[in-house]
Amino acid sequence: MDEPLVRWDWIARNWDNGGPTSVKVLLENHIVMAFVPVVVGLLIAIPLGLACARYRWLYQPTVGIMNVVYSLPSLALFSILLSVTGLTQTTVIIPLTLFSLAVLIPAVVDGMQSVPDHVRQSAVAMGFQPMRRLTRVELPIAVPVVLAGLRVAAVSSISLVSVGALIGQGGLGYLFIDGWQRQFYTPIVVGIVLVVALALIADLVIIVAQRLLTPWARRRA
Amino acid sequence: MITFDGVTKRYADGTVAVDDLSLEVPNGAITVFVGPSGCGKTTSLRMINRMIDPTEGRILLDGKDVTTVDPATLRRGIGYVIQQAGLFPHRRIVDNIATVPFLLGWDKKKARDRAMELLERVGLDPKMARRYPFQLSGGQQQRVGVARALAADPPVLLMDEPFSAVDPIVRTSLQEELLRLQSELHKTIVFVTHDIDEAVKLGDTVAVLRVGGKLAQVAAPADLLSDPADDFVREFLGRDRGIRRLGFVPAKNLALDPAPEGVTPEGHGTFNPARDSLRAALDASLLSPDGLAVAVDDDGRVLGVVGQAALVGAARG
Ligand SMILES: Nc1ncnc2c1ncn2[C@@H]1O[C@H](COP(=O)(O)OP(=O)(O)OP(=O)(O)O)[C@@H](O)[C@H]1O
Ligand SMILES: [Mg+2]
Repeated sequence: MDEPLVRWDWIARNWDNGGPTSVKVLLENHIVMAFVPVVVGLLIAIPLGLACARYRWLYQPTVGIMNVVYSLPSLALFSILLSVTGLTQTTVIIPLTLFSLAVLIPAVVDGMQSVPDHVRQSAVAMGFQPMRRLTRVELPIAVPVVLAGLRVAAVSSISLVSVGALIGQGGLGYLFIDGWQRQFYTPIVVGIVLVVALALIADLVIIVAQRLLTPWARRRA
Repeated sequence: MITFDGVTKRYADGTVAVDDLSLEVPNGAITVFVGPSGCGKTTSLRMINRMIDPTEGRILLDGKDVTTVDPATLRRGIGYVIQQAGLFPHRRIVDNIATVPFLLGWDKKKARDRAMELLERVGLDPKMARRYPFQLSGGQQQRVGVARALAADPPVLLMDEPFSAVDPIVRTSLQEELLRLQSELHKTIVFVTHDIDEAVKLGDTVAVLRVGGKLAQVAAPADLLSDPADDFVREFLGRDRGIRRLGFVPAKNLALDPAPEGVTPEGHGTFNPARDSLRAALDASLLSPDGLAVAVDDDGRVLGVVGQAALVGAARG
């Protein structure tokens, strides 16, 4: 067999063939299913993380629950959800949101803890009211730590979406199943390259955002 | 004036941090709270701006019980400086200084102008304005901390060990700077330190606290050094009390003898009776081989000399 690893003509034909499994459509679905859980996760993690930072007794139970969720195989979660949300993107998005929470809640709590006590005290002493202190002092200072968590959440979300292919909603993950079933490597290689590229781009975007948002953060060599 | 009226603070775990403290802090002067670690200095200070509320007793600010004032409003009228400066790491120096004016709703430009003025006032280069706190040295950060506390021109300033995290040379210059500022601004300052030398150097009045939060003695620095109330205060004051007390006695009342033939400032210790203390005069005499301290005026002209016997006599009072 002198089958090449990558057949460029396959890529050219399948990049945008109008069908539901064209690479372009799969890529778009992949982005949506990876992106939504991280954004929704962040929106949930901020208030929940703040509550945990404020009421310490909440923290351990919350982290405990999140770790259990994190340890569940995604496939198991998909099967449970199938009976409720069916073979839709939602069935993939919900478990991934839970996974991202497991990373983001501790990140928000750690971020709040990264605010030095003397800074918090001096904010109080200057006459900041609690809400303003939170939004103008504590949250901005927590940003670098939260963004570090966001990088982990985004990259793992992008890689985990593929598993959804097992229920027909895996974005680029479809290419792995397709390639494996046909013993044809080109889709697999295309899938890997795109997933990795997506992860790198997401990571880079967050790094740039961090540089822009927190010029004050001490750069560590 | 700040009045502590039978103030006690008992923490939830039963620790009595401040025990029945009654004390008056006069306006326009520096009152220092000094004492060993854990004696309740920080707790006392924080009860003034309501970061902590007393368990018993009252604190009056110009006759008004502070617990009747909204905490945020009260705090915006009281400057606060702490050991690590507590600067906001995410804000530029100019905006750090303008914090309270911003909170008070000043126009942005006016607040920043005021911040720039203060930056210079505390001896910092205006170039620093656009930097972030991590780009400043510890001593510079402390100066910014002082500028920030002064930004809205509060009549009262609370300072909790503001200079204890910097090296001795920087500390000395910050202390002098504070005294210079105070001579222009006449704020009501409560200054907390565990360093008795700093206390006697800066305080118009020094309040010595002992562990358990009890007031041991309140006195002017010179009186504290000459008449400690008890063994605790005596021990806390440490060695060389007699010599250190002379630092508070002006040399201007010394009777000067005419300078003998051939006695010049060269080869002799000198002092300036118009501005130096008896301690400086004694030191000058100890530096001279013949024991004569040479008095000179601002222009270095010899006014006369004083011998060791006369100095010791003056030191006895
Ligand atoms: N939140 C708290 N709960 C219980 N005890 C406290 C609390 N804060 C302070 N204390 C105790 O109250 C006492 C006085 O504390 P405070 O911080 O006022 O001392 P200090 O004189 O400022 O000491 P230092 O020089 O070390 O700063 C100490 O015994 C301290 O352990
Ligand atoms: Mg203290």
